[in-house]
Amino acid sequence: MTQTTAVHGEKVSLLRVLGPGHVWALGVGIVLVGEYMGWNFAVGKGGALAALIACWVAGLLYTCVAMIDSEVTSTVAAAGGQYAQAKHIVGPLAAFNVGLFLVFAYTMLEAANAITLGYLVQTVGTMAGFEGVHDKPFIVLTIVFLAWLNYRGVYATLTFNLVITAIAFIAIVILFAAVRPWGNEVLKLDGLLNGLPYGWLGVVASIHFGLWYYLGIEGTCQAAEEVRSPPRSLPLGTMTGIITLLIAATMTWYICSGLMPWEYLGQAITPLFDAARLTDSTFLMVLLFVGTMFSTLASANGCINDASRAWFSMGRDHYLPVWFGAVHPKTRTPYRSIVFLVPVAVVFAYFAPLDQVITFSILSGLLGYTYMSFNVIMFRTKWPLGTIKRGYEHPFHPLPAIVLLALCAVTYFAVFLGYGTQLVAMMVFYIIASLWFAFHRYKFVRRGDQFTMAWPRPQGY
Amino acid sequence: MNNFEILEYIAWAISFLLGLWMVVDLIRTNRAYSEEVLLSSREGDIDDALVIDPTHQGGHR
Repeated sequence: MTQTTAVHGEKVSLLRVLGPGHVWALGVGIVLVGEYMGWNFAVGKGGALAALIACWVAGLLYTCVAMIDSEVTSTVAAAGGQYAQAKHIVGPLAAFNVGLFLVFAYTMLEAANAITLGYLVQTVGTMAGFEGVHDKPFIVLTIVFLAWLNYRGVYATLTFNLVITAIAFIAIVILFAAVRPWGNEVLKLDGLLNGLPYGWLGVVASIHFGLWYYLGIEGTCQAAEEVRSPPRSLPLGTMTGIITLLIAATMTWYICSGLMPWEYLGQAITPLFDAARLTDSTFLMVLLFVGTMFSTLASANGCINDASRAWFSMGRDHYLPVWFGAVHPKTRTPYRSIVFLVPVAVVFAYFAPLDQVITFSILSGLLGYTYMSFNVIMFRTKWPLGTIKRGYEHPFHPLPAIVLLALCAVTYFAVFLGYGTQLVAMMVFYIIASLWFAFHRYKFVRRGDQFTMAWPRPQGY
Repeated sequence: MNNFEILEYIAWAISFLLGLWMVVDLIRTNRAYSEEVLLSSREGDIDDALVIDPTHQGGHR
């Protein structure tokens, strides 16, 4: 055996090198593409004002998610994030399902980002006058390049995300300042806002796409085993992340709704880039195009990081074949999981329609949020405050959990209005997967070994 | 063949090379180390002694 790296005690683990900035970059990086595209379909569902209501209702939902996640993850500091939380707090079947929600939500989002990036390059080629340009080479390149980056090491991967996410966010701030939001010279909100064209049902329907402003902020949890100080970095990175997104989302709505009529905005592919084009500034056009590309790259990059950690941790616990639970002795990444998920993402990006891929991702995320509300109530019941050390204690418990559950119920209805068939099909898929786990896979799980937290016996047990 | 087609071929070539690099490294790593070492990671390991060669900081104890 040729061993080229010294391994202390013949043991390898993920590398703990990340700080709060990386956690912020992971969470915001996954999400910020939703500001650049996607959120505006909420405008098509119920008008610009409905999209603003959806923005803030979804903002409330995700603030609850961020607070709950910050408390639980700062305590259960393990790769796998919500999967590891469910394993310790709820039980194996819930953990298996949550793990699948995570892998599918992130892998589908990665595929959607790759499709979008391919589309953007194709559009540039067409605009430059080339004929018969294809998006497929750039879709595959996006996935393979980012997987390679993730394979090479987490520090470089998330530092890259930090830089491109910061540029994408600053681009929105610069555009906001450039349209002079304090006056009516550029923005025409007085003339463009037209109330609620489809009434309050339109508001409910718009919540489906309101999630796009924030979808993926919970991904910060996946870095739990690679941050230098989990109790500090995870709450700090997650809470500053949601604050960043609330600001970016509101600025984005204000810019776009003041520049474009709702009939156009509701079906635009790249609303922020379109807004920049309307300013007639070449600098802003280039900046927002770069922002669009960077936000898409950052999202795909964060998704590869998160999906591979969830898959890796499930393998490590024997919930999946243990082969996936390996760590690369040199790069200290879950290399087998990263490589395995590449063809999965490529197949979906290559063959599946974009809206189906996105809906599968949203619904998987939504199932995860529903679980979180039950999870945190069980966490506080089994281990009340003071019984174990927490890095962060979220306020007003159980109000955030109840609000989160109520908003999830509203969002299910909103999704059902537009994608009822997919909702049912996805539920059937997860039920079949659960049956496979319960009757076949669970016998391989080492039940005692999977509980790694030095916690006291839970109350009532 | 126009410039964009050349760009497309370059994209395919880079994808192929990076993919090949990962697969070759995966196979070489699997052969170079025992499964016991590769699967030795434990959930929530926070023992600083296990942090070897921190790439950028020379250790963070």
